[in-house]
Amino acid sequence: MTAFADTAIDSVPRPGLGERLDRYAGRLMVLPAVIILLCFAIFPLIISAYLALSRFALAPGGFTLKFIGLSNFRKLLSGSQQYHFLGTFGAFGPAAWGLVALAAIALLYCMARYLRGGSVTAVGIVGRLIAVSLTMGLVLVSVATLATSGVPGTLVTTLLYVVIGVTVQFLLGLGLALLCAQPIRGRNFFRVLYFVPLMVTPVGIAYTFRMLADMQKGPFAPIVRSFGVGEWSWATEAWSARLMVLVGDTWQWTPFMFIVLLAAIENQPRDQVEAARIDGASSLQIFRDITWPAIAPVAGTVVLIRLIEAFKIIDLPNVLTGGGPGLATESMTLHAFIAWRTQDLGASAAVGYMLLFVSTVVCITFFNFVVRPSRRLES
Amino acid sequence: MRHLLAGASALCLLGGMGMAQAAGEFDGVTVNVMTQTGAIQEPLQRRAPEFEALTGAKINVIAVPFSDLYQKVLTDWASGTNSVDAAVFAPQWMVDYIAGGYLENLTARVEADEAIEQDDVGAFFRDFSEKYEGDIYMITLDGDFHMMYYRKDLLDEAGLAVPRTWDEYLEVAKALHGKDMNGDGTPDFGSCIAKKRNAQSYWFVMDVVGSMTQSKGTSQGAFFNTADMTPLVDNEGFRKALDFLSESTQYGPPDELNLDVSDTRPLFASGRCALNLDWGDVGTISIDPANSKVIGKWGASIMPGSTEVVNWETGELEACTPDNCPHAIDGVNHAPFAAFGGWGGGINAAADDKVKEAAFAYFSYMTQPAQSNQDVTVGITGFNPYRTSQLTYSDLWKNAGMSEEEAEVYLGAINDSMNSPNMILDLRIPQNQKYQQVVLDEAISRFLAGEIDKEATVQAVAGGWNELNDEIGVDEQLEIYRATIGAN
Repeated sequence: MTAFADTAIDSVPRPGLGERLDRYAGRLMVLPAVIILLCFAIFPLIISAYLALSRFALAPGGFTLKFIGLSNFRKLLSGSQQYHFLGTFGAFGPAAWGLVALAAIALLYCMARYLRGGSVTAVGIVGRLIAVSLTMGLVLVSVATLATSGVPGTLVTTLLYVVIGVTVQFLLGLGLALLCAQPIRGRNFFRVLYFVPLMVTPVGIAYTFRMLADMQKGPFAPIVRSFGVGEWSWATEAWSARLMVLVGDTWQWTPFMFIVLLAAIENQPRDQVEAARIDGASSLQIFRDITWPAIAPVAGTVVLIRLIEAFKIIDLPNVLTGGGPGLATESMTLHAFIAWRTQDLGASAAVGYMLLFVSTVVCITFFNFVVRPSRRLES
Repeated sequence: MRHLLAGASALCLLGGMGMAQAAGEFDGVTVNVMTQTGAIQEPLQRRAPEFEALTGAKINVIAVPFSDLYQKVLTDWASGTNSVDAAVFAPQWMVDYIAGGYLENLTARVEADEAIEQDDVGAFFRDFSEKYEGDIYMITLDGDFHMMYYRKDLLDEAGLAVPRTWDEYLEVAKALHGKDMNGDGTPDFGSCIAKKRNAQSYWFVMDVVGSMTQSKGTSQGAFFNTADMTPLVDNEGFRKALDFLSESTQYGPPDELNLDVSDTRPLFASGRCALNLDWGDVGTISIDPANSKVIGKWGASIMPGSTEVVNWETGELEACTPDNCPHAIDGVNHAPFAAFGGWGGGINAAADDKVKEAAFAYFSYMTQPAQSNQDVTVGITGFNPYRTSQLTYSDLWKNAGMSEEEAEVYLGAINDSMNSPNMILDLRIPQNQKYQQVVLDEAISRFLAGEIDKEATVQAVAGGWNELNDEIGVDEQLEIYRATIGAN
């Protein structure tokens, strides 16, 4: 038997160079991308994780990194920087408790619905528990700072930019896309026009908005004064300053929504639309029953991409207000940047990791609960 | 004005004024110099081609926003990238750069370079701003003191005197706020103070606080108790300073909380402010016919002071007496703030020797009277007078368009500040940027925005400074703090 086996092995021809290359071609082709990813994404991520657990200090001839455990995170969540990251909490009133209760009921309902369904898995439960816990935490922090006499920190300010900004941009982008999909004259001109803001650098947009919104020398200053509000400035009040950041962000990013949604709308099944029209369906019915199911997967994906991007907002608040008045417009990325700028690399990395955690959980949750179902809707 | 400057620069070049450098000495050498965008960048950039024509060295000026400058330079040097060969920055950051061993010791070079005319450099800049532990690390290019600017014509018209105290400042600002000060038909502002967060506003807080916490001379210090490094914050003086900032905002432009000095300067020059706090730049901008509507109408004085000072033991305000205010003028304790300390050039110790020589030669060229005397008279340069010869009225100022009367008050205010025995030295302890640009700036900004009240602001600053002291080391910080202000 052994002799036979040896003979059989000997008789197998050795693969030639070409065959070996064929066999490893896939891995070889992927290798440069893997190396680049390791060098520019994974390795920095590991280094920044170590930075988040350390204190950076200059020393003769270079610098030192002292390991301090979770101190940087503790400072953000319960220490001296809590007001900056989470915000200053106010006392809960009946309305605030009501909002918290509503959120808790909604999350419990989602969890219960999943558990009652037939496809419960261990990974699914863990994932949902993380998503539910984080969402509840974000709701509590948001309510404690927005629905009370508290002051929001950079976490809640970032969430405001993400939730309000992306929602408004999606609705505007969808509206413009629906308009430009109509057979109107000069629609190509409008398509290019609406797309222009996306091609401008964010810092350029921020400086342009700062100039436009200048209450002393800006082009709209005389108009504002004519309404008798010359003694008021958007830059000195928290909500008006946040609104200005949102306006700039919306102006910049609506074209992104617009262009992707327009492509999706133009790819919807024309025969179905025409058949529906012949059958006397209204525009609203066509949108609800044909257009929306057709564009839902693209809409879900484009919102997901925008969500990821929106969490990283920094240019506009940095240039428009420097994060002020107070901390009103400071996003998490700006928070990390300011810490980095003053050599507090540990705190900067800790804020960066908190941003990574929150944005990852939010985006995965969005993917699982919105993007995936939308694909099923299409099928 | 730019054309005038270019013409004057060309004349200097043709005449070979102040040439200590040999022609072609640095052929093929490139020096990367980092500084802030705008003012300061302008003269460095403008004079780079002149210097190249003289010596062959190519000067590549890299400009970044002020708020990024400290970090960009430090990151480049600390990481060993060393793409920045030299930088023009704040003297107070020198302590961090020296701690890492990144700054070249320039003592021997300065002593050997007669063209710098070091004896003519103001004593404060020569002995404090340029030096660390007795050695020279920076070459002064700019003189910096905070001063108060006022509209002489408006004060005269209203029968008001130039404010000597912060209380009088508020009274004048209140009285003049809302009047049309430049004839454009719109109401203007009683006071213009830069209060933007993450900018250069945090220095103005110490103007007010310092006049109440420091009264016994420079070595007393205005930031910390020199006995134990306790922040001089939890006291009635700091609280009164917060009240001043809050009330002055009522008499300022509606968007004052979003204005940096680059915004308030044109406001004053365009005639929209009755009072203004700033560095010396406003004076030279105000005499520029292209930008100023207040030529012949403005004045400057030493920063207002206080008739009450803080008792460090009790934290209470006490009336000035010869004992607690030995340097008071007519019962008012003035503490002019040498905020920032004047822009200066420092050289990367890790640069090539030839590059170091070229960088030094460039800074030497910039500071030599032939160049400096022009630059300090022009607002857009960001350079203010720092040489003794620049601080008296002469053809230099006459040619720049400043009247003798204007020069008397403008240069007088700088001289009064620089010669004051009670001048406040800016904070120059390790990581001073965190104390001022992060903790102080953030707390004041939150206070002015109404996010926190006065007591919370006091606790935020005191707590933040104490936390930094603990992290970095109280004893080490105390030793350096005492050394920098010359405390006994």
